[in-house]
Amino acid sequence: MIYLDNASTTRLRPEARAAMQAAAFGNPSSIHAAGRAARKLVEDARETIAESYGGDPKGLVFTSCATEADNLAVLGVAEALRARGNHVIASAVEHPAVLEACAALSRIGYEISRAPVDEDGKIDLSVLERLVTPRTILISVMTGNNEVGTLQPIEAVAEIARARKIPFHTDAAQAAGKIPFRFTADLVTLSAHKMHGPRGAGALWIRPGTPIVPRQVGGGHEFELRAGTENVEAIAGFAEAVRAAEAERSEVVPLMERLRALLEEGLRAAAPMRVNGHPTERLPHILNVTFPGVDGEAMVVALDAEGMCVSSGSACASQSLIPSHVLKAMGRGDEETRASVRFSLGRDTTEEDIGAAVAAVPKLVARLRAISPVVRP
Amino acid sequence: MSTIYLDYNATTPVDPRVLDAMMPFFSNRFGNASSRHHAYGCDAAEAVEAVRGQVASVIGADPREIVFTSGATESNNLAILGVAGAPMYASKGNHIITVATEHRSVLDPCEHLERKGYQVTWLGVDSQGCLNLQHLADAITDQTILVSVMHANNEIGVLHPLREIGAICKERGVLFHTDGTQSFGKEPIDVGSFGIDLLSASAHKIYGPKGVGFLYLRRRDPHVRCEPLLHGGGHERGLRSGTLNVPGIVGMGAAATLCSQEMAAEQARIRRLRNRLERGICSALDGVHVNGHPERRLANTTNLSFAGVDGDDLMKRMPGIAVSSSSACTSAALQPSYVLGALGCDEERIRGSVRFSLGRFTTAAEIGIVVASVVESVKALRATTRS
Repeated sequence: MIYLDNASTTRLRPEARAAMQAAAFGNPSSIHAAGRAARKLVEDARETIAESYGGDPKGLVFTSCATEADNLAVLGVAEALRARGNHVIASAVEHPAVLEACAALSRIGYEISRAPVDEDGKIDLSVLERLVTPRTILISVMTGNNEVGTLQPIEAVAEIARARKIPFHTDAAQAAGKIPFRFTADLVTLSAHKMHGPRGAGALWIRPGTPIVPRQVGGGHEFELRAGTENVEAIAGFAEAVRAAEAERSEVVPLMERLRALLEEGLRAAAPMRVNGHPTERLPHILNVTFPGVDGEAMVVALDAEGMCVSSGSACASQSLIPSHVLKAMGRGDEETRASVRFSLGRDTTEEDIGAAVAAVPKLVARLRAISPVVRP
Repeated sequence: MSTIYLDYNATTPVDPRVLDAMMPFFSNRFGNASSRHHAYGCDAAEAVEAVRGQVASVIGADPREIVFTSGATESNNLAILGVAGAPMYASKGNHIITVATEHRSVLDPCEHLERKGYQVTWLGVDSQGCLNLQHLADAITDQTILVSVMHANNEIGVLHPLREIGAICKERGVLFHTDGTQSFGKEPIDVGSFGIDLLSASAHKIYGPKGVGFLYLRRRDPHVRCEPLLHGGGHERGLRSGTLNVPGIVGMGAAATLCSQEMAAEQARIRRLRNRLERGICSALDGVHVNGHPERRLANTTNLSFAGVDGDDLMKRMPGIAVSSSSACTSAALQPSYVLGALGCDEERIRGSVRFSLGRFTTAAEIGIVVASVVESVKALRATTRS
C-alpha cells in the first residue's frame, strides 16, 4: 500500500508512540502523585511546543484538534472584541474550520470579508489592506494551504495587523514542522496528527494579552480557555512529534522536496497536467495537479484499487463532494477543479513510492481521459 | 512501595485489552476517517462506525444517535449550549433547570447562558445529595426547554432516579439531558425506558483513553435539535467538525463493550470492596461521616469526612495512596467542595472529606492496606491537633 495522503493524516512516528506509551495515566487536575506526574507531562509538552516556535508557553492552549483551535481563535476573539467591531477578514482559501466559523459569525451579525487570492493561491497584501476597516477585529490567513500548499506572506500580514492593533490568526496545521516557522501571529493553530503525532491533540497558541473568551467551559483547565480533562497521552505524543520534526526538518524536508520534484517531473513527462499552487513558495509535501479531461474522483478511486492513497481535495471536504473552494478561489473553473488530484508526502515516503505513482498515474490518466465525458481535444 | 490508586472517578488506567484494540490504529491502520476514497480512510471509517454501534447498544440507542466528541466536558457543553442555541427551542422559551451538585462542565455552560439572559433554576439537594422530584416537577414552566440532571455524582457517587426524571420531562414535553460520565459502563442505562433525550459520556472514566467521549442525541420522539459548537468540515452529521480521533474512538468502543459485558460481576466485586473499606474505617474510628446517600450511589465510591482532620493533610500523610479531597476538576483550585456545600455540610466536614473511588484493578489486599493506613493516619493527625 502506497500512502500519498499525508496532508490528510500521517502515520504516528515511533518516538511519539513511545512517549504516549510512557505517559502517566493520572488526571492532571488531581493533586496526588499520579496526577502530578500527568500534570508535569502536560506542562513539559507545553514548553517543548511553545519554545520550538519561539512562543511563551503560557500562551499555549491544548485542544482536541486543529478544528477546535481554529474555532476557538475565530469565535473566541470575535466574541471578546464584539464591543470594538464586528468585521472579520479571512483569506478565501482558509480551511473549512476557519471559513465555517466565520459563516457562523455572519449568522449572528458579524461582517465577513474574504481576502482573494491570485491564480497561485497567494493573497494580495494591498487588497487585504484595503479590506481593513475601523471595525475589523480579526484577520485570519493560514500559513500554508492544505490543498495546494501555497505559502502565505504571514510576516507581512502580521505587520499590517500589528500596525492597526488587529489580532492576527494563522492556521499552521500543515506548515508547522515543514518550514522554518515562528509564532509571529497573535494566534496560531497547530495539529499533532498532521506531523506524525497522534489524533486527539491540537493547540492554539495565543500571544499573551490577546483578547479571547473560551468556547468550552467547566473546570477552568488550560488557563480558563478550554475546559476538559487534558488528553495527556496525546499531548505527550504531540510534543514529541514537534520536537522530532524540528530536529530532523533540515534533513527530511530537502529529501521530501526532491521526491516531490521527482513525482512532478515524472508525471509531467507522461501526462498533460498543470500544477496548482505557487511554483516555489509552497509547502514541501504537497503536489496538487490538474489532469485536463480526467475526473479527479475517478482517479482517486482507480488509484485506490491499485493500492495507492491520494486525495481529490482536502479530506475534510471529501465527504461532501463539493468542488474545492481553494481551486475555485484561484480562478479555476469547475471542470479543472474536478480534474485535480492531491499527492502529499510524509517523512516516511520513499523513492519507491514515488516510482510507483509515476508508473501508475499516467496509465490511468490515459484510460480515464478516454472514457471521460468532459474530455476535449 | 507502589501507589495504591483509589481515584477512579478522576480517571482510570487504560485496560490492557482496550490498548490492544487501539494499537493497530496507532501504527498501520492510521487513515483519516473522512478520506473515504481510499483504503486507509475506509478502514478508519468502518472502525468508527463499528464503535458507534457498540456504544449505542450499551445504552439502547441507534448508532445514528451517537456523536463523538473530545470528552464529557465537550459533550456537556454541546448538549446545553447546543440545545439552548437551537432556533426551534429559542422560540419556545429560555428556561433551563439543573442541579447544584452537577459537574462544573454542566454548571459553567448554564452560568454562561444565565449571563446571556437565559433563566436557570438551580435545584438544591437534601443532606444525602438526593433530589426532590416534586421540586423538579414544580420548577418546569411553559418556558422550560431543558432539564439537565446527572446520573451519578462524581464526588459522592449519589445516583439520581433517571427513569422518574425522564417520565416527568416526557409528560411535560421538556428535553432531558443527563451527564452519564460517572455511570456509563458502571450502571445499566437504557435511553428508551429512562426517557433520556441527551446523554454525555467519557472514555477515560471506563478504562478507555482520554480525549474521547460522546453525546447521545435522540432522533425520534422527539428529534433533538442541537447547534454545533465546532464548525468546519461537517463531520458527525454537521454536529461536531474535526478530524475523528480514530484510535481514541476505537478504545472507547472496546472499553464500553468490556464494561457492559462485565458490569454485573464487576459492580458486585467493587461494591464488596467498597463496603469493606467503609466498614473497616468506620468501625475503627469515631467521627467518620459517610457523605451522600448510603444506598443510592455508585458501587465504587465512598466519600468520608473525618472529624477534626483536614482531608488534604490526610492525603499528604498517605503519599502511597491516591485519593481525592475534592473532585479532580476543581482540586487544583483548592476550593471547598460545592457539592458537599449543597448537601448542607459545614466547613469542617467539607474540609475533612476524602473521596475514595475504586475500580477494576482494585484488590482486596489494597483495601486492607488502605484501611490500616487511613486509621493510623487519622489517629495520628487527631493526636497532633489535640497536643
